[in-house]
Amino acid sequence: MDINDIIKPENLVYTKPRLMNDNHMHYCPGCSHGVVHKLIAEVIDELGMEEKSVGVSPVGCSVFAYNYIDIDWIEAAHGRAPAVATAVKRLMPDKLVFTYQGDGDLAAIGTCETIQAANRGENIAIIFINNAIYGMTGGQMAPTTLIGMKTATTPYGRRVDLNGYPFKVSDTMALLEGTCYVTRQSVHTPAAVRKAKAAIKKAFQNSMAGKGTSMVEIVSSCNSGWKMSPVDANKWMSEHMFSQYPLGDIKDI
Amino acid sequence: MAKIRGAVVVNIERCKGCNLCVDTCPVNVLELQPKEVNNRGYHYAYMKAPDLCIACQSCALVCPDGCIDVYRAKTE
Repeated sequence: MDINDIIKPENLVYTKPRLMNDNHMHYCPGCSHGVVHKLIAEVIDELGMEEKSVGVSPVGCSVFAYNYIDIDWIEAAHGRAPAVATAVKRLMPDKLVFTYQGDGDLAAIGTCETIQAANRGENIAIIFINNAIYGMTGGQMAPTTLIGMKTATTPYGRRVDLNGYPFKVSDTMALLEGTCYVTRQSVHTPAAVRKAKAAIKKAFQNSMAGKGTSMVEIVSSCNSGWKMSPVDANKWMSEHMFSQYPLGDIKDI
Repeated sequence: MAKIRGAVVVNIERCKGCNLCVDTCPVNVLELQPKEVNNRGYHYAYMKAPDLCIACQSCALVCPDGCIDVYRAKTE
């Protein structure tokens, strides 16, 4: 059988999601953001919420998320995405409202908004990209940076006496009574990508069912910030990040 | 016995040559172009051994830019 006999429209089994447009993504080669964008586009298409979805994009690398997925988006001030999402969801309860935030936006400047929104039990979904570094600004230390990890602002490694401990946001969020689903996933292997997709779908369904705040933490790689190749970054992530940030559901009610 | 044959088509101009698809492919079908580059200067992925593809979609799932289409056909 010739390869041209296989490449026919009726044999197509996987392609770029319909809601993801043809704009060239500004992310570095191998960045986990692209995979998560793809999953969000797939899930929204599967749920048939194309006309009813409102995303809130953060400040950080994913600030231009609205350029890549063809749904309605709002760009929030730094860290304030959950507050903006609260307003949108309260005014339009029939919409699927989600925020898409990195660790600088959610775990540093926006900790208050995130925790308070979850404590109020707002019916929003929070997608949290945790790559343990400030990627956009050039690789400075984030609250989620691992102990001993070298960044631009901790050139000798993060020290506990000086910089404190890595902030486990998801575990903190799971303690709040307003959250209904808190999970930590990754997208470094095909199996992990499938699990992350199921988690995002569940979070979006919880949001529409009005069960409370859902949070999906995606442990991601930042190969530019970590100064590694994309393949090495994924390997380093599975060796070092998962011991501090173990994958799996933390809360599911 | 029917055999599954697969094929992938890489969107060359969208590919950033991150090598994740090459690393994840279980049967080593893919490779980055050693010399050729696309309009943005990236060494894009291509099928080095098209006969081995089993259409498992692993490459397409981990591709951050969604530039891989996967086709699957049954042969006799």
